[in-house]
Amino acid sequence: MKETIIKAEKLTKAFKMPAEEIVAVDAVDIQIDEGDFVSLMGPSGSGKTTLLDVIGCLDFLTSGRLLVFGRDVSSARESELVARRRGRIGFVFQEFLLLPELTALENVELPMIFARMKPDPEKARQLLEKVGLGGRADHLPKELSGGERQRVAVARSLATSPKLLLADEPTGNLDTRNSQEIFSLFRKLNEEDGLTIVVTTHDRELGSQAARTVRLKDGKIA
Amino acid sequence: MNLFAISFKTLRRKKVRSVLTVGGVGIAVAVLVSLLGFDAGYQQALGNDIDKMGYQVLVTAKGCPYEAATLMLKGGGGLRYMEDAVYEKIIKDERIDKITPQLVSTVYDKEKGGGQGGISMFMGVLDSYLELKPWVRFKSGGWFSSGAADEAIMGYEAAEIEQRSVGDEIFIAKLNKVLKVVGILERTGTQDDGVIFLPMKTAQKIFDLPGKITGIGIKLKDFGQLSAFEEDLYNEPAIQVVSMAQVKGTIFNLMASAKILANSIATVAVIVALVGVINTILMSVFERTKEIGVMKALGASRSDVFRIIWIETTLICVLGGLLGEILAIVGSGAVEYILKRILPYAPSGKLVLISMPLLLISLAGAVVTGLLAGIYPAFRAASMHPVEAIRNSG
Repeated sequence: MKETIIKAEKLTKAFKMPAEEIVAVDAVDIQIDEGDFVSLMGPSGSGKTTLLDVIGCLDFLTSGRLLVFGRDVSSARESELVARRRGRIGFVFQEFLLLPELTALENVELPMIFARMKPDPEKARQLLEKVGLGGRADHLPKELSGGERQRVAVARSLATSPKLLLADEPTGNLDTRNSQEIFSLFRKLNEEDGLTIVVTTHDRELGSQAARTVRLKDGKIA
Repeated sequence: MNLFAISFKTLRRKKVRSVLTVGGVGIAVAVLVSLLGFDAGYQQALGNDIDKMGYQVLVTAKGCPYEAATLMLKGGGGLRYMEDAVYEKIIKDERIDKITPQLVSTVYDKEKGGGQGGISMFMGVLDSYLELKPWVRFKSGGWFSSGAADEAIMGYEAAEIEQRSVGDEIFIAKLNKVLKVVGILERTGTQDDGVIFLPMKTAQKIFDLPGKITGIGIKLKDFGQLSAFEEDLYNEPAIQVVSMAQVKGTIFNLMASAKILANSIATVAVIVALVGVINTILMSVFERTKEIGVMKALGASRSDVFRIIWIETTLICVLGGLLGEILAIVGSGAVEYILKRILPYAPSGKLVLISMPLLLISLAGAVVTGLLAGIYPAFRAASMHPVEAIRNSG
């Protein structure tokens, strides 16, 4: 039987603004099981990124119930959220967000340090090879193309061997060819390594490559 | 790689800014180390100078105490003379262990210092002079052949500056007098090094001061009798008594206000550097909001982020501290030169004493300052919310 990685019931996230309260995610029920490859799709402002942040334990939820790896984090404090995501959940962002003064290899090692693991350059090198950047390990981000940087970011997200990879618009800053390469990489990681992946995108063609597509509109599942 | 490596590499990103901040800390530390070194060095040099005079009490002609101190320590102008009958009278006191009269006079010599001109200081002394200063050794030659010979003994520096050796003749143009050098003293580290000694009678004759002396140095058999002895001398007309303790006090008092000013400057320098460090790190934290957000998303805890920023601040302060100490050591010669020119009285010997404990304490101070300066920026960084940091910053 497959492990349930994320289980959200009536998950709601609202932001208090001076004039009003904006409900970004509105009573969403979603379950993600081990080995799933899910794309969260929808126009901008539909709540995909916020949903990703909350299920990834980066942000608090306003109401509802959320289980992450079987543990209820609905009313968890910041330190509990850190403990829940650290080492278990990998993140890839639209803007790559590599540390500019660290080499590709060092960027990949970074999550190991934060996860209290011994930095393992050999593993980091293997991950870079896996994403096709074996020969670029000692390059700084500024010496890499956009597509290469995003692949370093993917390798970085895998550094602690997480069970879940969350990617927020990972192809938003890439051209079509590089976007396709990133999605092919995700498919390979999902199919060959059984990695659970949730990716947000507004690109229908890319989104349809995921095994399962969840559409959001105005914070609700459409 | 570890947190330290991350901090260090981050500092290298904005090299100019980091270097300037380190430089600011460096200057503050250099000022501080120099001032503290001066504090220690000056006290020690002054103490040495006074102890090495060999006297506990100096009797001089009536004048103000400040002049007495100047006379005794600097041998400068404003000299007053007394009859040597005073000496004959005081010598009878049974409490005295050793006593020696001296006659100080200065001559401007335009040939001195390779034509730059300068003051030559002469001192007429008796054989008893050596008894009060048993540590004085001859580098070459020896004592005067008689108490009225036209001979001179040169202090180490006086001989060095004028390139004299035993057997040379020195010509005092102003007095139209030739003296034969019979001895050169070894370095004593005191004012004596710059003096040309003459037999008392010779000095009285060539400076046209028959029967006059400027001072009488006295060492008592029992140091405990000093105040009673001084008290008795106060009753003598036309003379004044200066004890070494008094001289030290006078000079330290003169220095006290200057020291307060100097310490205030050092304090301001340290505060400016501290604010500079806080500003630099805070700016760097705000610029890196997104990165800090990412580090948190990658699993960094509040304490990880706090430590990364704290290490950066401490690194700046430690590097600045080391730089400042190097600057202070390298620049101590220059500081010494300037101080010797501007101070009302500068003892001989090293004025700026930068010791190992001082260096270690200053470095420890820099570390503590770094830790303090880092608290606020590190707290700001650690408190950033990952989502807000990643998504809402420009």
